[in-house]
Amino acid sequence: MDLEQYKGVYIYAQQVDNELSSIAFELIGKAKELAKDLDTDVTAVLIGYNVGGLADSLAEYGADKVIVVDDPELETYRTEPYAHALASVINEYKPDIMLVGATAIGRDLGPTVSARVRTGLTADCTVLEIGDFPINPLPNQEQKHNQLLMTRPAFGGNTIATIACPDNRPQMATVRPGVMQKLEPVKGAKAEVIEYNPGFEKNNKYVEIINIIKQAKTTENIMEANILVSGGRGVGSAENFQMLKDLAEVLGGTVSCSRAVVENGWLPVDLQVGQTGKTVRPNLYFAIGISGAIQHVAGMEESDIVIAINKDEDAPIFDVADYGIVGDLNKIVPALTQALKAELQ
Amino acid sequence: MKIVVCVKQVPDTKGGVKFNPDGTLDRAAMLAIMNPDDKAGLEAALRIKEECGAEVTVITMGLPKADDVLREAMAMGADHAILVTDRVLGGADTWATSTTIAGALRNIDYDLIITGRQAIDGDTAQVGPQIAEHLGVPVISYAEDIKIDGDYVIVKRQYEDRYHEIKAKMPCLITALSELNVPRYMTPGGIFDAYDKEVTVWGRNDLKDVDDADIGLKGSPTKIAKASDKVRKGAGEKVNLDAAESVEYIMGKLKEKHII
Repeated sequence: MDLEQYKGVYIYAQQVDNELSSIAFELIGKAKELAKDLDTDVTAVLIGYNVGGLADSLAEYGADKVIVVDDPELETYRTEPYAHALASVINEYKPDIMLVGATAIGRDLGPTVSARVRTGLTADCTVLEIGDFPINPLPNQEQKHNQLLMTRPAFGGNTIATIACPDNRPQMATVRPGVMQKLEPVKGAKAEVIEYNPGFEKNNKYVEIINIIKQAKTTENIMEANILVSGGRGVGSAENFQMLKDLAEVLGGTVSCSRAVVENGWLPVDLQVGQTGKTVRPNLYFAIGISGAIQHVAGMEESDIVIAINKDEDAPIFDVADYGIVGDLNKIVPALTQALKAELQ
Repeated sequence: MKIVVCVKQVPDTKGGVKFNPDGTLDRAAMLAIMNPDDKAGLEAALRIKEECGAEVTVITMGLPKADDVLREAMAMGADHAILVTDRVLGGADTWATSTTIAGALRNIDYDLIITGRQAIDGDTAQVGPQIAEHLGVPVISYAEDIKIDGDYVIVKRQYEDRYHEIKAKMPCLITALSELNVPRYMTPGGIFDAYDKEVTVWGRNDLKDVDDADIGLKGSPTKIAKASDKVRKGAGEKVNLDAAESVEYIMGKLKEKHII
């Protein structure tokens, strides 16, 4: 493998029902930073059927080039034609770095493609940067520069590991949604659009989708919220969450929760923050009656400001809170809502 | 029909996490359990066995002590067990792990391969799809439900806001979610029998069509640059005030930070 042939930072621009997923823009945002360090550009790979019209919004969010693979076989995500499309793009255009969202699609597509193009893949990364490998020079090993260093949590967030892929290309990573930041879109920005079709011939790996059942979206997307009012077991009941909803409403925020709340059936799983839920990074995060188990903290510790209210002064949530209040949430939360109402009117 | 279930012995994270000097996990030093998603996959296989008749083989790659999870699987009802263990296979990333398991599976007949979606130590969800790729069979990830229909499987494949009902011709590989079922317990008779049964032990030389360059630490494209306990955001202020003072305190902070 001649590593020098591989150039550019590529991202998989996930679309579902011909609508780009937020992760596509988040990946472009991070790819721009990496490309700047490497003095190269950013290419978005758009795969689907009749999806060419989405290229402009990828450009507005920062993509320099968009490779479009458009084919009737690609109408709905299936591992096989999509893996063939992305692997063919990699073999044809030889990217140095290939980023894929760690979504239910990306965590299927990424490993399949990495195995097909014979390279490494680092899962669920939360930090990506350019650096040396090994990080510090070692006596009997060449230190390679301009490597992608991929950092990810493991063991339920107990440890973090930084991984490199020094001898294979592309350097591939899946990236957790909600962790990287989108750029401000530039209206009217254009990218160089390249149409590419490797040809799709059916084989044993083409499965049949016999039904698509969409689950109604009943809840707001907590990953997009600037203010989250999050409750845990300490809130006590589904009814008591009304206090948190009132507080969220007056602040223009959204209610979220810990795993215990979902397990008790008080709120749906889409509102769960944490290792097995969603990763959020709002400007303000209220942790109310949340003890702060490591799995929960893994999903919210990137929040700008954390305010914790808990009656247990030893609750681990206070270790990550900017402002911790030891007290009774049943008294403090309604009073705070009243005070905010008075202030904001 | 023949079903192979890939299981992994994983450290119970409550027991603490330890590393070797080269940054890889020191699995020998940690408590071990059968990975939960894999257990759900095994349960799914055993239910198919009960409904349609099937022979269930469990396979794992690991240290010799991974024998424990194979005995557990047989005590739950698996018919055969294979342990792939060899010093040269150690330190493998998902690429090298999947080439190894694929090399072992080339020795046996299968209609259906079931793996867990992901293991609780690595959380990568990569080995299942990569095994399928090496073997040239279709993969259906994130299975919430599995049904057998003649030579086909019908799988409920989960996505964030929907599921697809997928029909695939066997042989194929399915990755199982824990939501699939509640795994059964081992039975006393099963435990007794499990220790009478034989576990087939394979080493590097038993792997079929696998290159030395694709196994173990050396055959792993991804390398650990650094591993450490997570450094967390430090604690800020903590106050113990009555309700009215608490509200005043929070209001002050929200103003200071220009939230209101």
